[in-house]
Amino acid sequence: MGLEEYKGVYVFAQQVDNKLSGIAFELLGKAKDLAKDLGAEVAAVLIGYQVKDLADELAAYGADKVIVVDDPELKEYRTEPYAHALASVINEFKPEIMLVGATAIGRDLGPRVSARVATGLTADCTKLEIGDFPLNPMPGREQKHNQLLMTRPAFGGNTIATIACPNHRPQMATVRPGVMQAIDKIEGAKATVVEFNPGFEPNDKYVEILDIVKSVSDTVDIMDAKILVSGGRGVGSPENFKLLEDLAAAIGGEVSCSRAVVDSGWKPKDLQVGQTGKTVRPNVYFAIGISGAIQHVAGMEESDLIIAINKDDSAPIFDVADYGIVGDLNKIVPALTKAINEAKAQKQ
Amino acid sequence: MKIVVCIKQVPDTKGGVKFNPDGTLDRGAMLAIMNPDDKAGLEAALRLKDQYGAEVTVVTMGLPKAEEVLREALAMGADKGILVTDRVLGGADTWATSTTIAGAIRNLEYDLIITGRQAIDGDTAQVGPQISEHLNIPVISYAQDIKIDGDSVIVQRQYEDRYHVVKAKMPCLITALSELNEPRYMTPGGIFDAYAAEITTWGRADLKDVDDSNLGLKGSPTQIAKASDKVRKGAGEKVTLDPEESVAYIMGKLTEKHII
Repeated sequence: MGLEEYKGVYVFAQQVDNKLSGIAFELLGKAKDLAKDLGAEVAAVLIGYQVKDLADELAAYGADKVIVVDDPELKEYRTEPYAHALASVINEFKPEIMLVGATAIGRDLGPRVSARVATGLTADCTKLEIGDFPLNPMPGREQKHNQLLMTRPAFGGNTIATIACPNHRPQMATVRPGVMQAIDKIEGAKATVVEFNPGFEPNDKYVEILDIVKSVSDTVDIMDAKILVSGGRGVGSPENFKLLEDLAAAIGGEVSCSRAVVDSGWKPKDLQVGQTGKTVRPNVYFAIGISGAIQHVAGMEESDLIIAINKDDSAPIFDVADYGIVGDLNKIVPALTKAINEAKAQKQ
Repeated sequence: MKIVVCIKQVPDTKGGVKFNPDGTLDRGAMLAIMNPDDKAGLEAALRLKDQYGAEVTVVTMGLPKAEEVLREALAMGADKGILVTDRVLGGADTWATSTTIAGAIRNLEYDLIITGRQAIDGDTAQVGPQISEHLNIPVISYAQDIKIDGDSVIVQRQYEDRYHVVKAKMPCLITALSELNEPRYMTPGGIFDAYAAEITTWGRADLKDVDDSNLGLKGSPTQIAKASDKVRKGAGEKVTLDPEESVAYIMGKLTEKHII
């Protein structure tokens, strides 16, 4: 393949129910950085049915160009028609970089498309930059410049690997939601909109959707919370989470939890922080009764301020906490809630 | 019905990770286990076998030692084990791995292929969907419930905030979540039989319709530039105070940082 033919940083702009997912904006933010280093344009690939109206929103978050694939077959996410759409866009427009969110959709679509266009795909990246590969010159080996260097955790967050895809295009990566940052919205921005439809002919690879069941949950997305009050097995019981809920209400935060809590059935999965849950980076993260297993820490260590309360002096959570308090959460948390409420009352 | 289950032997990252003095992962010191999502996939296959009758073949690619997980699968109730092992297959990324496994599966008859959603060592979740693409069959990832309906499967496909109930025509590939079920234990009789059973071993020559340029380290589009032990953020202050002082301490920090 003529690698130099491939130009531009592309992102898959995931939408569900004709609403763009947050990851689309995060990817555009990162794509803008990368495109600046490469002197390239940023394009969003918008796939769905009656989704054209979303193009302006993508422009406002940094897309120079929006490629729209619009077809009734694309109304709900299904692997085959979406893979056909994205692979066709890649073959037609030849992007140098193709970013996809590591969501339940992106982690299905990414590998299927990478296999179809015969290129490499790095999963669940947490850092992307432009650089040289190999990193340092090596005798007898060509050092390529302007490569996408994709950094990701592996082994459940124990190791970090930086990966390149020097001889295939596009360089594809799925990117962990919550890690990259969207730019501030530019009101009134416009992008070049290109409509492209490769044609959809249902075949035996098109699955049939019999039913769609949305989980009834009135909880907010913990990834958007500025303050998280997170509880682990040490909280003791589902009833005892009331202490954390009171603290969250006092300080204006949300409650989240560790995997142990979800596995015990105390809290729903959408509140889980960690490797198999959500990655969060709030301003303040209270880790209460959380031991701090590496799988949990992987999902919260980027928080600006980590305050840990645990009765076990040797809990690994203290290795990442800015402020660690060794003590009984049952005594400290209610007293803290009271103190915060009093401080707030005084201010008024 | 014929079911192929793809399983991987992985180091148990949950039960304590061990490092060498130079900071690299000490795989030798870590317990090797059947990848948890794969085990759920195997259990799903065995339940389909119990319910509808099926022949379950397990396939793994790895070092000769990976035969252990095949024996474990046989002891749980699988019918046949196939080990794909060859030096030229080493160092493969997901593209080369999926190419290899697809090449092995082309020798087999199958209605359903089940893989785990992801392996706990690589954490990529790519090999299942890539195998389906190489074999040109539909894929349903993140499966939570699997039923057979004539020549189709009906599966609950999990997303972040919903699930779809989808129907796909067989043959198709399903990737299983470990939340799917509670895998059964091996039976003592099963263990005896599993050790007596013959494991089929395939090498490079047994892979069907695959090109050398797509195998192993050389056939991998992605290459590792650098791997290192994760540098963790250092520990901050740690204090042991009585509850009242603790609260004063936290309040002091929150005020100092203008949080309250």
